[in-house]
Formats: sequence, structure tokens, C-alpha cells
Amino acid sequence: MMRALPWICLAALAAAPLVGLGNYPLHMLIQVLLWGFVYTGWSIMGRLGLVSFGHGAFLGIGAYVVVMLWNAYGVSPWIGLPIALALTAVVAFVIGYPCFRFKIVGHYFALVTLALSEIARMLIVALRDHTGGSLGVTPKTALTESAYSLVALQFSSKLVWFYIVLAVWLGGLWVWKKMDRSMARLALEAISQEEDAAGSIGINVTRLKLGVTLISALMTCVGGALYAQYQAYVNPDSVAGIGISLQMVFGVIAGGMYVRLGPTVGAAFTLLLAESLRLMFGNSLHALDSTIYGLMLVLFIIFMPKGILGGALEAVKGKKAASPDVQRA
Amino acid sequence: MSIPAPKSSGGAMLRLEGVSAGYAGFQALFNVSLEVRPGESVAVIGPNGAGKTTLLRTVSKLIELSAGEILMEGRSLHAVPAHEVIALGIAQVPEGRRLFARLSVEENLKMGAFLPAARPRYTERLKFVYSLFPRLQERSSQIAGTLSGGEQQMCAIGRALMSGPKLLLLDEPSAGLAPVVVQSIFALVKRICAEGYTVLIVEQNIRQVLKVVDRAYLLETGRIKMDGPSAELLASDEIRKAYLGI
Repeated sequence: MMRALPWICLAALAAAPLVGLGNYPLHMLIQVLLWGFVYTGWSIMGRLGLVSFGHGAFLGIGAYVVVMLWNAYGVSPWIGLPIALALTAVVAFVIGYPCFRFKIVGHYFALVTLALSEIARMLIVALRDHTGGSLGVTPKTALTESAYSLVALQFSSKLVWFYIVLAVWLGGLWVWKKMDRSMARLALEAISQEEDAAGSIGINVTRLKLGVTLISALMTCVGGALYAQYQAYVNPDSVAGIGISLQMVFGVIAGGMYVRLGPTVGAAFTLLLAESLRLMFGNSLHALDSTIYGLMLVLFIIFMPKGILGGALEAVKGKKAASPDVQRA
Repeated sequence: MSIPAPKSSGGAMLRLEGVSAGYAGFQALFNVSLEVRPGESVAVIGPNGAGKTTLLRTVSKLIELSAGEILMEGRSLHAVPAHEVIALGIAQVPEGRRLFARLSVEENLKMGAFLPAARPRYTERLKFVYSLFPRLQERSSQIAGTLSGGEQQMCAIGRALMSGPKLLLLDEPSAGLAPVVVQSIFALVKRICAEGYTVLIVEQNIRQVLKVVDRAYLLETGRIKMDGPSAELLASDEIRKAYLGI
């Protein structure tokens, strides 16, 4: 019964739009799964002590490279995405290699990545002739004659997007599971706890960190590309820069980065928070959401360091047996 | 049950020749030469700040030499990166244990057998480590950070043994432990030597370590001042006056 439960939930999730979920709830669900995937990608390195504030850059590369190639040269996203992934890999390597080789860890690593996400945002703004600057850009529509275009990765039906995003999200969870069961995960935890000792037992610290950074960055890039295609609009603030990078960190901490569904719960939480703030205050109070994020981040770190899901699972488990081991579930 | 440590043919297992090393703007070791022969247990003793830990860090390639050479079974460590030192059969127990505090005892031991070459013999070596330290078996699923100091030291030694090393480097195994625990740790070190492992141990607790090892080098302000069989050093006036307070 307990084994079947995740599959039943998944089936229910997959069937939900078919039984007449409204357009708005469906939109929210797509957003949760999409951001859940991105947050999962972030956590793959974040949970191992590699706290990155630079994932906005990877998101931005995914979104902008695909859209710009399509708009300027008519290159299909199916070709644009591999190009974006290659560029992401190069950027991740250029940032990661020196950091890991010279043991830039903790706060210093976070600062380096913080700069990266801002550089990406400023580049997008500065290249306004090509990128549309801070006003953003819309992929040229391929939907003039038909309701969908596979070549342009554009679909007018939210249902199609739902299943695409669902599949990608499940892929993200699969990567997480693979990582979780691998020797590499133990090795990376060892690195995050005692880097020199990890080296002394034969772990190639630089290579493993680079590997996990690449996986995480590539996932984020895929998320950025899908986001741009789904929204059919991107601007520098929504996919690059410090704001979105912080939001990822906040979402993951809120949801819980040590359990597989934690990042997704975090995505749902941030989205609900943002939506309810928008409904309550409209767009009149501009920095209100950031202020509230900041405040809640502090509260989460102090009172619920394992996040909503991590904390809840621990409470449930704590009732069953007094084992304090949820962190590594 | 025991697994005899691999023996190699004659000559020194580890040899340091005229090693100088240090940190930016500060030289910690001056022209240090020493050797450890197969099956032998050797200590480097000396006061705080003599360069003992630096010496071990040069062998584990955590710092670079400014002069000299380190040879393991005749092979220079010059071009070997830190994470490949263990593949040559050198395992270290770092100062302050450096366990993976949030992993369980058994996961820590498992990490000791991280090298692909060490994994096939994992079960066998785990049994061996548990036979050396039954306490670790009792605590196998406990989070390592919650062990007592002595148990952590056992776990750190166990982790190092999991790779099946030829040479075990021990950095201040008695540091930060209660006196009664220190005694049991030295008893363990003696037992590991008796199992046939080659051991290089760095220690401030001179009286205790000299009772355990075959030979020792006295390191002072980065230079080797004396060396010889440990019984000889224990009896020497210089050591008795300066370090044993007799």
C-alpha cells in the first residue's frame, strides 16, 4: 500500500487536468512543476554545500539563447536548446573549475556565483538591440495557422505544456534519485563536511564538484528554456539576475533541500506566496514580495532549517520512532 | 580475523630526502630526511609548532615541497595529486579525526574504501575493522559526529584501514582526548603495528608514543635533532630533561 502511494498520487496528478481543472489552476500547476524542476536542479548541488546564487545565469542562458536563435535565425528550439546547454556547460566550467581547484568554498563560493547571475542580467540588458533589453522579448509566434508547432516548441494548449513539464519534472526527480543512491553523493557529502579528509581517501574533489555543478546547471538551463517557451515572454529580471537566483534559494530552503520532493514543495510555496501577495496588494507595492521573502527566509533558517517538507516528515517520523535521521532520507 | 598488511621487498617504504616546505612567507621544515621501513612503526616527536603536522601534510600532498623529495616504495610523490596518494597505499588519520560528522559510522568506513580498487574487498575489511574495534560495530548506524572522542578516533583509524593501506599516517591521535582514553588509543596503535601495518605517527605525547613505536625522530623548529630506537630516546638525557620532565 505504502509502495503504491506515490504511483497513485502521480496518476491523480497526471489525470487532474483531464477532469476539468480550470485554466488558472492548470497554469499554477505547470508553474509549480516547472519551478519544482528548476529548484530540484539547484538542490542537487545546494544540498551538498555548494550554495549557488548564480543559477539565474543558467536559467537566463536557457531562456535567451533559445528565444534569440529562433527570432534572429529561425533556429528551432530543438537545436537551440543543445546550443544553450553547451554554453551553460562552458560557463559552469569557467566558474566552477577555478573555484573548486583553489578551494573557494562556503561564503566565497556564494559570492562568486552571485556576481555571475548579475553579470548575466546586465549582459542581457546591455545587449538590448538583440535581446530587447529590460523590456524583455517574445519568441516570434509560429502559431498563426495551427494551434501548435512542434518545430518552434510552441503550443497554444496548456494541456500539452502540462504533460511536457510533468515529464521533465519526473526526469528531475529521477536524476535526484540516481544522485542520492550513488557513491558520488556520499563522496560529495564527505566533501561538504571535511574537504581535506575527503581528498585523503581518494576522492577527486575538483572533478566531483564540477560534475555535480554541471548536472545542476544543465537542469536549470532546460528549465529556463521551457519557461521562456511556455510563457512566450522573458525579461532579464524573470530569468536572470540576483532576484530570481535568491528566489530559488529561498524556495528550496522553504521546501526542504534534503528530501526529494522538498524543492517542489518550495516551488508551490513561493508561487502561492507570490500569487496571494499579488492578489492582496496588486502591483502597487513593488518590493513587498522581496521584503517578505527575506523575512521568511530568516524565519525558516531559524525555526525550520529542514524546510516545510523536511520538517513535516521529521515530525511524522519522530512520532513513529525517535530516529533523527530524516535529513538523509 | 586479520588481514596481514602487504609487505614489500627490502629498503625503505617511505623516504623523505632533504625536505623543505612551508606556508606563504614562512618555512616550517628545513632539510628533513627520514625513512620508514616496511613493517616498522616510526614516530616523529617534538613540541608544539615543531612542524610535525606540516611534515605529514607534505606526505599527503596537502602542501608542496620547496626542496627535497618524497619517495614511496621508490616512486616520487612529486607529481601525485592529493587524492591519488591513497592509491599508492598511504592512508592518513588526520589531526582532529576529520570524520564526516553527519554520515553514520558505517558510511564513514565505507568512504574509506572509496577507491575502486578497494571496493571488492570492502566486506572483508569491514569485518576486520569491526574485529579491531567492536565498539564501532555496536555503533555502526550512529551519526559519527555524536560519537565520543575516543570512538571518533577509532572510527578515523578504521576509515583509514578500509583502503587496505601499506602505510598508515597518524597525526596526533591523542590530541584532545581524556588521559584514560589516550592510553587506550595508544594500545590500539600498538595493536595495529602488531598486525603488521607500517605506521608513521606524529605525536606530542612523547612518553606514551615512545613506548609504542620501534623508532623515532625528534623534530624541533622544523629540523631533525635526534633519531634512534625508541628505547634509546626514552633513556637519553636530552629527551628526559626537555620533554619528560625527569
